[in-house]
Amino acid sequence: MPRPAPVRVKVDEQSLQVLKRLMGYVIHSYKGTCLLVLILIVISSLATVISSLFIKSLIDDYIIPLLGQSDPSFQPLLETLGKMAALFLCGVLANYGSNKLLIEVSQGTMKRVRDDLFAHMEKLPIRYFDTNYHGDIMSVYTNDTDTLRQVISQSFPQFVSSLITIIGVFVSMCVLSLPLTIIVIVMVFVMKQAMSKITAKSSVYFHRQQKDLGKVNGYIEEMMSGTKVVKVFTHEEEVKKEFDEVNNTLFESAYQANQFANILMPILGNLGNISYVLTAIAGGVLAINGFGGLTLGALASFLQLNKSFTNPIMQVSQQFNSVIMAAAGAKRIFALMDEPLEKDEGMVTLTHIKKVDGEWGESEDQSDKWGWRHPHNDGSVTYVPLVGDIIFDHVDFGYRDDKQILFDINLYAHRGQKVAFVGATGAGKTTITNLINRFYDIQKGSITYDGIDVKLIRKEDLRRSLGIVLQDTHLFTGTIMDNIRYGNREADEAAVMAAAKLANADGFIRHLEHGYQTVIRSDGASLSQGQRQLLSIARAALANAPVLILDEATSSIDSRTEKIVQDGMDKLMAGRTVFVIAHRLSTIRNSDVIMVMDHGRILERGNHEKLMEEKKVYYQLYTGGLELD
Amino acid sequence: MIKRLLQEVKEFKKASLAAPLFMVGEVLLEISLPFLMSYIIDQGVNQGDLGAVVRYGTIMAAAAFASLFCGVMSGRNAAYASAGVARNLRRAMFANVQDFSFQNVDHFSTAGLITRMMSDVTNVQNAYQMVLRMCVRAPLTLICALTMTFIINAELSTVFLYAALFLGLVLGLVVRFAHPIFLKVFERYDDLNAGVQENITNMRVVKAYVKEADEIEKFHGASYQIYKMFKKAENILIFNSPSMQLTMYGCILFISWLGAQRIVAGSLTTGELMSMMTYTMNILMSLMMLSMIFVMLSMSIASVKRIYEVLMEKSDIVNQKNPLTEVSDGSIHFHHVYFDYGKDAENAALRDINLEIASGQAIGILGGTGSGKSSLVQLLPRLYDVTSGELFIGGHNVKEYDLKVLRDSVAMVLQNNVLFSGTIKDNLRWGKADASEEELIRVCQMAQADEFIRQFPDGYDTYIEQGGSNVSGGQRQRLCIARALLKAPKILILDDSTSAVDTRTDFLIRKAFREDLGDMTKFIISQRIASIEDADQIIVMDDGQISGIGTHEELLINNGIYREVYETQVKGGEEHA
Repeated sequence: MPRPAPVRVKVDEQSLQVLKRLMGYVIHSYKGTCLLVLILIVISSLATVISSLFIKSLIDDYIIPLLGQSDPSFQPLLETLGKMAALFLCGVLANYGSNKLLIEVSQGTMKRVRDDLFAHMEKLPIRYFDTNYHGDIMSVYTNDTDTLRQVISQSFPQFVSSLITIIGVFVSMCVLSLPLTIIVIVMVFVMKQAMSKITAKSSVYFHRQQKDLGKVNGYIEEMMSGTKVVKVFTHEEEVKKEFDEVNNTLFESAYQANQFANILMPILGNLGNISYVLTAIAGGVLAINGFGGLTLGALASFLQLNKSFTNPIMQVSQQFNSVIMAAAGAKRIFALMDEPLEKDEGMVTLTHIKKVDGEWGESEDQSDKWGWRHPHNDGSVTYVPLVGDIIFDHVDFGYRDDKQILFDINLYAHRGQKVAFVGATGAGKTTITNLINRFYDIQKGSITYDGIDVKLIRKEDLRRSLGIVLQDTHLFTGTIMDNIRYGNREADEAAVMAAAKLANADGFIRHLEHGYQTVIRSDGASLSQGQRQLLSIARAALANAPVLILDEATSSIDSRTEKIVQDGMDKLMAGRTVFVIAHRLSTIRNSDVIMVMDHGRILERGNHEKLMEEKKVYYQLYTGGLELD
Repeated sequence: MIKRLLQEVKEFKKASLAAPLFMVGEVLLEISLPFLMSYIIDQGVNQGDLGAVVRYGTIMAAAAFASLFCGVMSGRNAAYASAGVARNLRRAMFANVQDFSFQNVDHFSTAGLITRMMSDVTNVQNAYQMVLRMCVRAPLTLICALTMTFIINAELSTVFLYAALFLGLVLGLVVRFAHPIFLKVFERYDDLNAGVQENITNMRVVKAYVKEADEIEKFHGASYQIYKMFKKAENILIFNSPSMQLTMYGCILFISWLGAQRIVAGSLTTGELMSMMTYTMNILMSLMMLSMIFVMLSMSIASVKRIYEVLMEKSDIVNQKNPLTEVSDGSIHFHHVYFDYGKDAENAALRDINLEIASGQAIGILGGTGSGKSSLVQLLPRLYDVTSGELFIGGHNVKEYDLKVLRDSVAMVLQNNVLFSGTIKDNLRWGKADASEEELIRVCQMAQADEFIRQFPDGYDTYIEQGGSNVSGGQRQRLCIARALLKAPKILILDDSTSAVDTRTDFLIRKAFREDLGDMTKFIISQRIASIEDADQIIVMDDGQISGIGTHEELLINNGIYREVYETQVKGGEEHA
């Protein structure tokens, strides 16, 4: 168990509020259990205090009076010991019981935190993921929930039990001897001073160590990613020298930080010993003089209590530190849980429709064609067949209000047409794909799907009616079958295989040892880039949506696979409305219309032949005069 | 394995010895305190002798201060030694990694190497610190406290033997059963987090396919499993503290019962009884500590193993004995060269390559992605070694040269150009550490970089961010070319390194090469016909083999692939001209 670093923490209003909320969150489902735990902790702590006090009565009541008696009777002692044994047993059982109950409280709360976090996260808008570092979101799950678990299962209960012990011991000490208690209080004050001095120093070095660790890490990363250049320029020796420098700085700060952490305990522990020695001397003097009625037994008890006083005091401050530090983590957890969810006011939904008396109406028959169910404000409902016509009408858009990305975009695409976007990085090609499926909402103008404003369509149904193949092929841990089935959960095996065949993926899948049951790990690292693309095409094919958005892969794949991928794409595109974000010109020559984009505007539009004739930007791109990405 | 690690400890031998020795001092002094206390009680308080109280009290206070000093010294030395060992381990690993071949790097993966150099070393640092201090403290306290109790009263002390045995057994069983479950649960925990990570990066797919509900359900299932496993492990763990208390209370009761009778009988003193009570705590606490140490050490063993693996990995590319120290010219000869990236590679990257290139020639290489273009040129500076066949430069097998000499004679501008954080000058001087201003400007002019560098407010002193993120792709490529030219190599390789440069600048760079670098052998790999059509020889690669060699005109006639590429790129534009 790594000790918590002795670092100074700041207690502010905010962290107290977060802690209060955290307490509420824990207690919410475990009100009775928490109360019971509290009672059990009190019992167990009191048993410890009483065990120290018992020494007094042992010596004063059962030993001293018997000294010199010719026939001492130990019967009363045996009876008392019996009572003590019963009391101790209660303490032990209370200890076990509180621990046992705490497991459910801490693990149950942790499960709830994780589940709530994840469920909330899944419903956040894409904007959240685009504007926050993924590493930061991840660290809420890993670091922040881990510190939370520590606090709930360890720091909180230990804090409480130490506090109760301190109170019990303090009261007992006062009763036994006030003068000795004053000595102990003075020593505790000295310890407190020593601790805050050391903590102040170690805080500085711990922060420095953290910074230096980051530097060393950064240096290694930079040099590892540039390994080839280092080798080609035979710069190994220089790099080693530079590394030695940052590494030495880290050594210095790590030494200093650890030194202060290491000496804290011996200093506090031995100050505790000194406190023990001082009370022993003073107690001895007092007992000899019979001052304040200090008996030998009382002194013995007091010395034992002294031991059990300094330990919890050190613990309380340590646990307090970790609780405050965990407040920062809890704050980030609650911040994620408080993020506003993705809104959806759409009421147009997908349903099966059929024609009755020349009018479209809802159908019970699952095999009938798909259509939009469009309820209107006056209570009437109209039905529109799902075709796949998309129209952009004077669309303006910016990810932030103060920075417009797209300017007055107008376009239409009818079923079966292929619209391609080309242009340099940052021209706004990919942004367009974010708008049709409403990952982001436009500021001005309108986008319609089969004549219905996409804002009126329920997001779930809108997205079901759009197939998408993204630039970076994202796969999930699971079998290949599962991954393709992502496109349509209800699809049976035959349908999955048919989709894979259409996407030209069937061939390579069958060559894998476990075929469709092959498990892919961490984003498909075991598959080649081309194979992953084929899988994502198969996934889109299975979804079988009338409108398709293809963000071409920028990363290179070998020419043979590229041909197979292209062929799969072509088959997928047949009969659908397709938007292609092109990173290579060769794939879009046969598009119905090519949009050349620059800085958020459509500069040129037309088919390949027309644009080549115009000899403007597209021509330049095509002949290599301009660079595409 | 231990032997190799001890090498890194050597430098900190003194501190590594001082830390445990001071710890021994601290423990001995601490253990003496309750013993001395019994004298205060028995000879002072019980006899009513104030002088004895002060005398033994002073000794005790001195012992406590000495113990404080020892504790501080032990802590400082342990911190020094462990931080030092950590530094040495990092240094040794980093130095070894610098000599790794790419095969070695691939074996560990870049991320894996970083983890090993950072978190694993930190784990070992903490473990080493613990070995120096706690591993001395816990057993020594146990032994000393037991010894003291036996000295005081052997009969009463036997209870401690049974107590230690009982508690040791319970703690041992807890570790034995709980530890494996914890290891497993942490593994599962990593899986769970990997799943979260996957969802964050794949969020667009999740939303596009409306899978939020499914993913939540999947996650809840996994998190329930973890919840159950954690509970199972902790249910074992919670026996620790109550059994510790049980033992302690048992000892107190037992000592009270027997002790009272012995005191009354006169064979034990009150002071001795009190010190016995204190030693009870010492003994039981040190047992607790031992079980913790055991768990922590067993966790750090994995880290030690991982570090050791990196330290012992030997590079596959090493110098021969008595290597050649000069490359005479830039002539190249490939003789039946085969190459693959490793046993796992699906098929060979290069098959039966035969080439004859005279010094000073300009060579163009064309081919699709994955056709083997880059693999071919990476063999020249021995970034990889040929799998079979032979490769000669300047009339000698590349393996005969000193590696540094060879790589200094072959300059390579890579597909993924990397600049390092530092000024433009710093970056250029990678090519030649002592290059003068004039030299820098000359190579930048050739690489068509001088003009844009001068447009920066800080000119050649402009600071480049990590990864070169503050210059454009085309500018980065030109800086990398200039850096390579500064080496004044015998062979220059441009691996698709003008792809982000516009056609006119590309032309100017090649023109400068032709005019100023007549005796340098030049390789230009490109997807653009225009970049290579004026080369002395053009090599067309396809699927790891040479599909054709010749001049532009020859290949247009006899190579189908070349003609096809030419037609889509050049003629496609011309027919509308």
